[in-house]
Amino acid sequence: MNDQTPFRPRVGLFVTCLVDLFRPTIGFAAVKLIEEAGCTVEVPSAQTCCGQPAYNSGDRADTKAIAKNTIQAFEEYDYIVAPSGSCAGMLKKHYPALFKGDAKWEARATDFAGKVHELVSFLVDVRGMQSVAARFDGQVTYHDSCSGLRELGVRAQPRALLSTVEGLKLKELKEADVCCGFGGTFCVKYPDISNGIVEKKTERIEETGAATLLAGDLGCLMNMAGKLKREGSAVETRHVAEVLAGMTDGPPIGGRG
Amino acid sequence: MEITSPRFKQNAREALADPQLQKAMGNVRSGFIDKRQAAVEALPEFDALRDNARAIKDHALSNLDLYLEAYEAKVRAAGGFVHWAETAEDARTVILDICRAAGARTVTKGKSMITEEIGLNEFFEKNGVKPVETDLGEYIIQLRGEHPSHIIAPAVHLNKEQVEADFRRVHDHLPASRDLSEPEALLGEARRVLRAAYFDADVGITGANFLVAETGSSIIVTNEGNGDLTQILPKVHIVLASLEKIVPTLEDAAQILRVLARSATGQDMSVYTTVSTGPRRLDDPDGPEEYHVVLLDNGRSSMLGTEFQDMLRCIRCGACMNHCPVYHEIGGHAYGWVYPGPMGAVLTPALIGVDKAGHLPNASTFCGRCEAVCPMRIPLPKMMRHWREREFERGLNPATARGGLKLWAFFAKRPWLYRLTTSMAIPVLSLFGGRKGRFRFLPLAGGWTRHRDLPAPESRTFMQQWRGREALKQETGGKQGAAR
Repeated sequence: MNDQTPFRPRVGLFVTCLVDLFRPTIGFAAVKLIEEAGCTVEVPSAQTCCGQPAYNSGDRADTKAIAKNTIQAFEEYDYIVAPSGSCAGMLKKHYPALFKGDAKWEARATDFAGKVHELVSFLVDVRGMQSVAARFDGQVTYHDSCSGLRELGVRAQPRALLSTVEGLKLKELKEADVCCGFGGTFCVKYPDISNGIVEKKTERIEETGAATLLAGDLGCLMNMAGKLKREGSAVETRHVAEVLAGMTDGPPIGGRG
Repeated sequence: MEITSPRFKQNAREALADPQLQKAMGNVRSGFIDKRQAAVEALPEFDALRDNARAIKDHALSNLDLYLEAYEAKVRAAGGFVHWAETAEDARTVILDICRAAGARTVTKGKSMITEEIGLNEFFEKNGVKPVETDLGEYIIQLRGEHPSHIIAPAVHLNKEQVEADFRRVHDHLPASRDLSEPEALLGEARRVLRAAYFDADVGITGANFLVAETGSSIIVTNEGNGDLTQILPKVHIVLASLEKIVPTLEDAAQILRVLARSATGQDMSVYTTVSTGPRRLDDPDGPEEYHVVLLDNGRSSMLGTEFQDMLRCIRCGACMNHCPVYHEIGGHAYGWVYPGPMGAVLTPALIGVDKAGHLPNASTFCGRCEAVCPMRIPLPKMMRHWREREFERGLNPATARGGLKLWAFFAKRPWLYRLTTSMAIPVLSLFGGRKGRFRFLPLAGGWTRHRDLPAPESRTFMQQWRGREALKQETGGKQGAAR
């Protein structure tokens, strides 16, 4: 894209713990897309998790410790990009709030937060990417994960890029903006309620007739894929970055069959 | 009323297994949301009105003492009485005293969540006063001996057939052959039965959507007109309101009214907006002889100046619960006290204690839809998180959850150890996932695998693979993508 421009911004990839542990393909897809957007990608090894499990459990002390590690590991980069609206939202919106009134850390957290972006919105809004060179044959549907949608305004960007994938047809999901019931630790603390919510979501997914479900957050994807598999559904589940990067040769989330 | 919030999980399980409730909750999902959306889209300045409404309430809350005193003076000047009630018990006592002085045997009631909060109906019955709910939904649940499951649609957990059965059971003086299959027939029957009660009542009790400092007026909004009959026909009108209902001027109330009904039911305005100021004057055609306002605190003033102050902006429209995926699943009763849904998850711990209501702020996915639709822009998820912090500080959450969290945090704070551990564990887990690439059951992951499969890790961690790729790049002279 911006190969002619001499300046290639350095992007620190915040892999996210779920991608690191469960689905590295998404990480490599993110690397490919960010490089295609004219940036160099580095992956600081001092990263673990954004801290949401502690933050949303009321454990501020551990959250702050994790946040400080993350800020230190990433603040030297021009941009910090995460293939997750939820984790990017944590870094961008909640880190500054966490250090509010902290003379030493508030400004650092705010500067850091200003450079944080969710992957697809980074590609489109920051790097001006208008199309991808990828092919994916078939109908897909797309779920808007809550944090990306409501905290970061990620809605049009993935749809814009998906529309340029050769062979792909997007069938919109009814109630695409309704939570899938994941909610981080919520889904294991209140499994029955979570199950009720995801059952409605999979019903909507099946209604579309699409063969593939996409979204931008692995937590939600694992929840929906896990439910679809348990229900014996043939719908396959992938992160949107895998499709945009043309990295869909491997099995979908939760495996084949 | 009995507090069952500590049994929230069990309440939720029962609700999920209740087919009548599940059917009724479908109406919430389809009804309120689309109507609100249409009303909001028809008003381009809606977001500006929300900002304005928030500013009005923030200003009133910052000067609460000033406006409450001004309000009290105006009520007195209009010939009314103001009673300050610090606790629910204070409020019940003062209301009963007023009723006794009026020799009241029957009291009609407009819809009021505050009377639920202080358990007024049970208290009346114990003391020989008969309360009659006049809002249709409230009337229905009174017949059933239930409590509201929604703050503006108290009987939303019921289906029409259940109401018909209740009417046939209770209105046994009416012919059994009558046709009650249409909602209009149910409404008509309730109206005829209630009509008599209005004239029997010695005291009428309403809540208030607003108290206006400028004029000493209270304002209620209703769709059935029952509030008007409740407050005009009896000799005595008692307004029971919590102190954060105050707004400085009538114009302020009018501003907030523009977002209230739109957020609640999708109406531009509720059918009736009724302003009452003091008792009947000499040349008034009707009105009560006595006008009392009971101002309830019940823990609200202790929220001022804390991270929960914003909650006092709430105007009880119900939009948060109408849009809440958790509320949709379990209905209002599962929350175990008066206020359900996201607003209840924030308010209930403040009013009855986070030790009793601890589940409520935890039972949220933090999807943020409640905050997105709140006309008063109350940051509900943020405040639920603050309650979780209070619980964590006090060690109120389960030991297993705390232990798990602490163990995880120990690793998450030590990247090298985290890396080492995950790089050993993940490939093993991946191997166990086998060709299927998922688990139907996994020890310690029962919360997940009870209802869904757990996708297995692909192979080695991303970080392991990335290091390998980087090392290879070094060896091959830094050619990009060599390991891919």
